[in-house]
Amino acid sequence: MSRIASTFSALQAQGRKALIPYVTAGFPFADITPALMHGMVEAGADVIELGVPFSDPMADGPVIQKAGEKALSLGIGMVQVLDHVREFRKRNNTTPVVLMGYANPVERYDQKHGEGAFVRDSAAAGVDGVLIVDYPPEECEAFAASLRAHGMDLIFLLAPTSTDERMAEVARVASGYVYYVSLKGVTGSGALDTAAVEQMLPRIRQHVTIPVGVGFGIRDAATAQAIGKVADAVVIGSRIIQLIEDQEHAKVVPLTIDFLRGIRKALDA
Amino acid sequence: MNSYQQPDPSGHFGPYGGSFVSETLTHAIQELREAYARYQNDPEFLAEFHYELKHFVGRPSPIYHAARTSFEMGGAQIYLKREDLNHTGAHKINNVIGQAMLAKRMGKPRVIAETGAGQHGVATATICARYGLECVVYMGAEDVKRQSPNVYRMKLLGATVVPVESGSKTLKDALNDAMRDWVANVDNTFYIIGTVAGPHPYPMMVRDFQSVIGKECIEQMPAMLAEQKVLGQQPDAVIACVGGGSNAMGIFHPYIPFEKTRLIGVEAAGEGLESGRHSASLQKGSAGVLHGNRTFILQDDNGQITETHSISAGLDYPGVGPEHAWLQEIGRAEYVGITDKEALEAFHYLCRTEGIIPALESSHAVAYAMKLAKTMRPDQSILVNLSGRGDKDIGTVADLSGADFYCRPSCQGQSVKGGEQPIKVVK
Repeated sequence: MSRIASTFSALQAQGRKALIPYVTAGFPFADITPALMHGMVEAGADVIELGVPFSDPMADGPVIQKAGEKALSLGIGMVQVLDHVREFRKRNNTTPVVLMGYANPVERYDQKHGEGAFVRDSAAAGVDGVLIVDYPPEECEAFAASLRAHGMDLIFLLAPTSTDERMAEVARVASGYVYYVSLKGVTGSGALDTAAVEQMLPRIRQHVTIPVGVGFGIRDAATAQAIGKVADAVVIGSRIIQLIEDQEHAKVVPLTIDFLRGIRKALDA
Repeated sequence: MNSYQQPDPSGHFGPYGGSFVSETLTHAIQELREAYARYQNDPEFLAEFHYELKHFVGRPSPIYHAARTSFEMGGAQIYLKREDLNHTGAHKINNVIGQAMLAKRMGKPRVIAETGAGQHGVATATICARYGLECVVYMGAEDVKRQSPNVYRMKLLGATVVPVESGSKTLKDALNDAMRDWVANVDNTFYIIGTVAGPHPYPMMVRDFQSVIGKECIEQMPAMLAEQKVLGQQPDAVIACVGGGSNAMGIFHPYIPFEKTRLIGVEAAGEGLESGRHSASLQKGSAGVLHGNRTFILQDDNGQITETHSISAGLDYPGVGPEHAWLQEIGRAEYVGITDKEALEAFHYLCRTEGIIPALESSHAVAYAMKLAKTMRPDQSILVNLSGRGDKDIGTVADLSGADFYCRPSCQGQSVKGGEQPIKVVK
């Protein structure tokens, strides 16, 4: 069983919901990511989504785009992201790590390091799953097969505009968990309509048998708690980025721990 | 090449094209595919499209024999397809009419667009005024400064222009922001993409709408060549500038089966193909995924999109339509580069010799045609797609020439892309 699957089944047995924080690798300081990941686990994170910075993040809002630009200016590329994961794995062999990003840096890695290098190297570094925002199921069959062969999960998004047909298609290739984008818009935008999410989840579960996480628009304990009542996991990204974007080095990890503890408590209540 | 049938049903041109979008846009793309499939061969739709092209745009655009230029080059006869004579001043309007007609039929009251030089934005604002659609145009903040007359034109036509401050503040960033707007407003909004790029069906659909250019040429050239007593029914070479590549695809596509006609796309070589400051994706880029399709892009070793450079805002884009990548791969089209300096020289030459002020984009195609003509015989012929007129560029040119002119960018404290030093122009 993959680390992601075993994490979710353990949580299910305890009747708890997964907390999945997102942070852009190398943000806000190039060297802080492994420590930040450990801090997140300490605060109760069950899975960590690590953003791979990209120059043209079409599906992200201004907060995550700015974080990506900062990380890029600090020289963070795929090689450094994998280094972060390797470093994290030295002291943590249980918490799943999911890389989240765009197709081009992944494909470029293979162009530079040889066919199949990305999947091989990320598996070796200790990555458990991959979410490529601009890889829809029909464009990544070979990639999905290669990930499966290395025991990694391919995580897909679903959106309010997804049709039942589409959900079925995603369900066929998705593994690990499915990430429901709770609103029409980019990351960090708009207010979350929890009633709409509540209505959507039963529809998704008609097609998807793996856990369903909800993200985009979860900002605080109250929204996390409301979403936790209907979903298997809550994903929090832009809010964490905002919290740490202007902080000095020493405060980044403690502030994140503090914030996530509040969310964890609300989720478990 | 008679069997050329591209793209395949899922939008691929060989390994290029496709649909690389986030899940939120998948439904909108699917809706558009269905709408286009329904109308692309619909007689009523096509009749309206051609009516608009004739009566609103002023088609067919003529082909003009650049006799003085041809004589001075001492080689092949150069002909210009006069897309610059279209209403709104460029080929962009052809495609915009087709997409706006689809928006109307799909019941989408709001239209968004991205623009570089502003020609696509102006065309979109124009059609939205004509059809009563709300219009929002995304434009890189850098381009807003470079192309202020076009920004004002869009506003006069009732459009909202949104300056994009992210990234390199040029066309690619405008495209990202337009995509984001589309994701957030997908229910009531139609995204009119201005070039043969983006997720399927855009590259095919924009090509189809722009193919009116090449189809007219195939009709017009035999009579033109006979009149000039030049050999052949069709030109020996067809030349067009390539940024995203819509004017080039529009004139190339109908010519693909005419194997004796060379198809030559001219990319912006900026300060030189080896300088690192250019926009030549096909010659200096590599395969990658950007803006919803797989194509040739300019990128670094980490797969980050690199900044581009061209004197011409319309060519200043780090990608290119996927069908061009395919035409290059199968050898049906060739791609070459023209520098800022060469383009500017051709711009001035055409003004003085033919009485035509070409867009800086089109000046790249003219410059290469003038080079190529010298290597050919006088009984041979070259057809250049003069994709747009240069009114929008006179401020930029004035600045580069050190001329005093009231609305040149330097009046507003902006520097002009295309060189820090004024380029000396032979007067």
